[in-house]
Parts: sequence; structure tokens; C-alpha cells
Amino acid sequence: MGTVSIIIDGQQVEVEQEATLLEAASKLGIEIPTLCYHPDLTLHGSCRVCVVENEETGDLLASCVTPVTDGMKILTHTAKVRSARRINVELLLANHPNDCLGCDRNGTCELQDIAFDLGITEIRFAGEMKDYPVDDTGPALKKEPNKCILCGRCVRVCEEIQGVFALDFTDRGFQSVITTAFDHSHAEVNCANCGQCATVCPTGAITELRYREKVWQAIEDESKHVIVQTAPSIQSAIGEEFGLEPGTVATGKLAAALRRLGFDKVFSTDFAADLTIMEEGNEFIKKLKGDKELPHITSCCPGWVKFCEHNYHDLLDNLSTAKSPMSMFSSITKSYYAEKMGLDPEDIYTVAVMPCTAKKFEMEREELKENRVQSTDGVLTTRELARMIKEMGVDFVSLEEEEYDQMLGTSTGAATIFGATGGVTEAALRTVKEKITGEPLDRLDLGFEGINEETVKIGDRNIKVAIANGLANATEILEGVRAGKSEYDFIEIMACPMGCVGGGGQPLPTSTEIKCKRAEGLKSIDKSEAIRKSHENPEVKKLYNDYLGEPLSGYSHHLLHTDYQPRDRN
Amino acid sequence: MDCCTCNESDKSRQEYLAPLQTILDGYEGKEKDLIPILQESQEEYGYLAEEVLKEIASNLDLSFGQVYGVVTFYSQFHLEPRGENVIRICMGTACHVKGGDKILDKLKEELEIDDGETTDDLKFTLEAVACIGACGLAPVIMINDNTHGRLVPKDIPEILTQYE
Ligand code: SF4
Ligand code: SF4
Ligand code: FES
Repeated sequence: MGTVSIIIDGQQVEVEQEATLLEAASKLGIEIPTLCYHPDLTLHGSCRVCVVENEETGDLLASCVTPVTDGMKILTHTAKVRSARRINVELLLANHPNDCLGCDRNGTCELQDIAFDLGITEIRFAGEMKDYPVDDTGPALKKEPNKCILCGRCVRVCEEIQGVFALDFTDRGFQSVITTAFDHSHAEVNCANCGQCATVCPTGAITELRYREKVWQAIEDESKHVIVQTAPSIQSAIGEEFGLEPGTVATGKLAAALRRLGFDKVFSTDFAADLTIMEEGNEFIKKLKGDKELPHITSCCPGWVKFCEHNYHDLLDNLSTAKSPMSMFSSITKSYYAEKMGLDPEDIYTVAVMPCTAKKFEMEREELKENRVQSTDGVLTTRELARMIKEMGVDFVSLEEEEYDQMLGTSTGAATIFGATGGVTEAALRTVKEKITGEPLDRLDLGFEGINEETVKIGDRNIKVAIANGLANATEILEGVRAGKSEYDFIEIMACPMGCVGGGGQPLPTSTEIKCKRAEGLKSIDKSEAIRKSHENPEVKKLYNDYLGEPLSGYSHHLLHTDYQPRDRN
Repeated sequence: MDCCTCNESDKSRQEYLAPLQTILDGYEGKEKDLIPILQESQEEYGYLAEEVLKEIASNLDLSFGQVYGVVTFYSQFHLEPRGENVIRICMGTACHVKGGDKILDKLKEELEIDDGETTDDLKFTLEAVACIGACGLAPVIMINDNTHGRLVPKDIPEILTQYE
């Protein structure tokens, strides 16, 4: 691959032939505003916010889609360029609702930031306003098409990263709107509820469906015993909302903040991740012994489960029947915990803080209800929890670290790494290998690639493992399985890029680099944790001794396992 | 109005979709066949029902959302049943100057529908269009393939009776 040399703002830079002007400028540390551009997605070139000037011809070029040519001279911030950018943004604002104060993305909106940076102080063009209703039928996401600037990032992420194609541009011209087929709610179409569209949306047009108000109500209701559980990946991400470096481990502060909000018990989903490993690990061991067909496929990610129900009916039998850690945890709060505490399960309100929007959908699954009563009562995303902490005036950064409550609060290193791609596999194999051979597993140290394949020796058997994150990557793996080309024993799938650290409910803005740091944060906890294997979690052991009996036994099966339903492909 | 077969039994659904199956059999199930399949299906059914589009999507290995995106992009495709007679009223410059909007108002009044809608008895569909290239006859409407020009509002009821 050859390189070319171009001059940007008087500075010479050498870049690869295929590079765009935007990439060349970024190599020089020159920042150019962008809206429709997203580093993880294909190029679109529709918003024209990234224009630069060709010094020789005076032409304005969209830098995100214009390839470099040798000897090109580019100016990035001339008066002409700035004025063009400003007009392009003003035109977007001409039919944008002017209600930033009430918007969920107030403070994290890219359109707002760009308007500010470009010095836009008034909206000069009064355009016709779009008038679409807010779609809050959920179950995970809220859509406000009036706030959409048609950048297409959501459409591209859903197609390119997720391979779902739930959203598309519909109609034409001023009537253009991003929606699902026949405007059906996301519950009725093939959407996985992963929320990746919400994380790439530069504005507030797609956000999570809020649960904050309901959780506040429960906290204030004296008759309710309100429990909170936090997913493994929250501890290394939530700090970002309070200005901490991405990847900062804030477990102790998180526990302290949750107490300040008024939860009666502060527990950890990590505990249930260990429980999941006990059930799923034993399930896998049985399958290895020929009990059921391989590959064994993980089922803790609700985005993946719904995707599987739509697209891989033939593999539903291969999914682990173990409930996700969130749902296991919630079932335990309404049974074991209620019994130990002498509480009526009906008085317990279980809140889950999740990195995920799809958990809001999982919460409402009929098959997870016990006597038609939901086991998880409310799901908050990381972002929503941060808002609640701010609302309470809690100074998160200076909080003294506190411990999680006992009984359902102890975590192991294995549980912590559930929050990043490859983590479930490593956690499961730690327990499986030791159960089968009595020997500990050497650290796998898997990377965070979209697809990872490994062979792990357990006794005299080579276990073939495949790990995928992002549903398009999952499709690649599964098509191989379907075609009989790949023979895996264990497949881990997470819908979101890099796993829960890249979840649809995590802090914004996000990027591959930020997700990596969050994942590294979790790995560091695993390294320093005294107990690193799920089967050594003392609270989990006690739960089996006092209540459940053996993994996969009648009672655990009833409480901790579920089934799946085939859904229409579209 | 029977515009959706989803609540009917599986058998009548299959019957409804049988002609579509014949259309699909004539193609190789490739993405590139989408537009001609949509055209043929609309020719067959008069419009493109949800069930039909779903079936087409599955057959071409596309998502429902993608197919819906394409269908709504082209004004030639219709998601609602169409009237037996399609009235196109010209809203171009010449017709506008000559009082085309009054003709449109009269049509709306007579048919009791809005622009883009179809009467309950499925007799008429009303469509305002940009220009039909008959400016000399302004204001002008087309009903199916017939042109009616130099209109005044009171001509409308008499013209409509010709099609009832
Ligand atoms: S939630 Fe995920 S699957 Fe659903 S529309 Fe958004 S990106 Fe697509
Ligand atoms: S919903 Fe958001 S991401 Fe999608 S096109 Fe609109 S502004 Fe862009
Ligand atoms: S960012 Fe370049 S055109 Fe939108």
C-alpha cells in the first residue's frame, strides 16, 4: 500500500493512499467536527458538517468521505469553511425541537456540542417542524423522530455491527423518517433491544425507556423492601459519568452511592454470575458426557437470546437453559432471600442496574414470571443510575468506599469478568476444568476481538471454543455451525461490541478505546480478587447447602432455568 | 375493510399468498429482484399488504424493515388498497394559476376523502400530482387513462358519475 503526501493548514502529512481527509487531519491532531461519521461504521457523507476547503480550487469537500490525493492542499478552518459548517448545522436546527432542557441527552448531545462550538447563538431559519409522535411502547427503547437528524448511524450500526436490519430510512424528502417496518414497536419486530442504535445516535432521538421514576416511587414506598443488584460491568464504567477515567474501578463508591439513594439492600449481580456458572458449568459437563448435543451456547445476553429466537430456531435447543445472572438473582431474592429474611415476596421490589437496554425486555418475559409475578421489578441502565445519583446530590468521586451487603453480595474474579467478551467462557472453564480434572485452569487471557477461537485442553479432551461479540459476528460463527463446517463445543455470544462493557446502557460518549479500558478494569479486579472461581464463592456454596441442593437438581432447575420461544424471522 | 389477513386462518392466509408464491417462483430469490417482484405483486393484489411484504422479505433473505424502506421510497408502491378508479389531479404551475386547488377541494368534498386516500367503497383514490403535462388544458385531472381538462368545480359531480 503506497502513501501520499498532502498539506493541511500548512503542515505536511504522509498518509496511506486510501485515507480520507478527515483521517489525515486527525493524524496532525486537527479536529474537524462530524455528525454522520462514526469510526466503527461505513461512511455516509450526508451531514456536510465536516467540510474543508481545497486551497487551490476553493471547493468545499466533505472530509469524512473525500480520499486524499497526492499534493492536495487543504484548509480546515477558514471563514468560508466555518460559515458553511454553521449554515449546515443551522439548517438541521431549523426543524429540530428546541427543548434541550428536557432531553435525555442534554449534556451528551453531539448536535448541541457542535452548535456551541460553531458559535451558533440563535436559530435564524424557522423551518417547518416535523411532527411525529414519541414512540415509548418500548420495551427497551424510546424513539423521538422529531429529534432525528437523519445521520443514519443507527441504521448502519443495526445493519453492519448487529446484522439485524430492524431500522431503515423510510419515505422521502421532508417525510423521511427512521423507523421499523410499518412503525411496529421494537417488541414486535426482529429488534434485539441491544440499544447500540441509542449509543451511536448523536442526538436524543433514540434513548432507553426510562425506569427511574418507578424506582424512585418504590424507594419512597415504606411498605416495599427495595433491593438493588449491579451487573459486573457497572463498576468499571459508572465513574465516567462523574469525570473519572474510563476503566476506573469504582465498586466501593458504587455500593456507597446506592445506599445514599435509599435502597434497603445493596447486592451484586456478580453473586448470581457465579450461580450461573454453577448451573451452566454443570450443564456443559453433562453435555460433554453425551447428555445433549453440542455446541453448548451461552444465554446470559438478552439481546443475543432474542436474536436467536428470531433467526436460529434450529439452535434454540443448544442454548443453555440457565437463566441470566440478573434473572437468577431476582428469583433468589423472591425465594431464598425472602425466606431467610422472613419477608413476603410480594413486598420485595428488585431493581437491577444493567449496562444494557435489552434487560428491560428480558425483565418482562412471560416465562420468567413466577405465578405471573415478575422476578425483576425494574431495570436501570448505568446512565439512569448516574442520573439518580446526581439528583440526590451525591458527590460520587469523594464517597468513602463501602462493601456490598452480605448473603447475595459476594463476588469472585470469575463473576467480574462476565462483563467483557470472553469472560463467561473463562469463568465457566475455570469451574468445568476443576470439576472434571481437579486441576485449575491456566489463565486464558483472551483478547477482545469480535471473533475469537480457542482450543482448551481439559483432561484428555480438547474443548473447542468460539467467542463472538456483536450479532453480525455471531452470525458468522453460527452460519459455520449450521453448515456443519465448524465443530465447536462451547460458544459464547454477546450482542454488544466487546460485551457488556460496550452495552447499550453504558455511559456516553463511548468508543472502542473506552470499552477496552472498561474491560481492562474488570480484568484488574479479577487479578486482585482473593477468590477467582465461581464454585468457591462462599455465599453460593451456602445457598446450595441451605436451600437449593445440587446444581441442576429439581429445585435449582425450577428456580434457575428457563426456556425459549421461536419467533418470526421478521 | 379487509386489508390484512393476519387474523384469518392459516389456510386462507396460504390461499391469499398463493399468487405471490407463483410470482416469487419466477425469480431466483436474489436481492436484485426486489423491485420487479414488488411491481408484479402490486399488479396482482392492487397494493402491497403487510403479509405480502413479509413473505417477500423472507424469500429474498432481506429484513422486513429493509423492504418497507424500499416500498415507502417509491411513490409507485402502495401500502393501502387502491380504488377501482384513480383520480390524479394536477397541482403544477399552470393548473395552480387556473384554480386547480378549487377542483381539488370539490373532489374532496364529493368523495369525502383527503388527498392520498381511497373511498370506503374502494371506488376512487384521490392523488394530487406535480404535473401531468397537459398544461394547455389547465386545470386538469386524469381518471385512470382519461384526461378531463378546462374544469370548473361544478363539472366534477357529472364526471364522477361516469365512473360509478
Ligand atoms: S436495539 Fe439493536 S437491534 Fe434493535 S434497532 Fe437498535 S441496534 Fe437494531
Ligand atoms: S435516530 Fe439518531 S442515529 Fe438514527 S438517524 Fe436519527 S439522529 Fe441519526
Ligand atoms: S461527517 Fe462528513 S458528511 Fe457527515
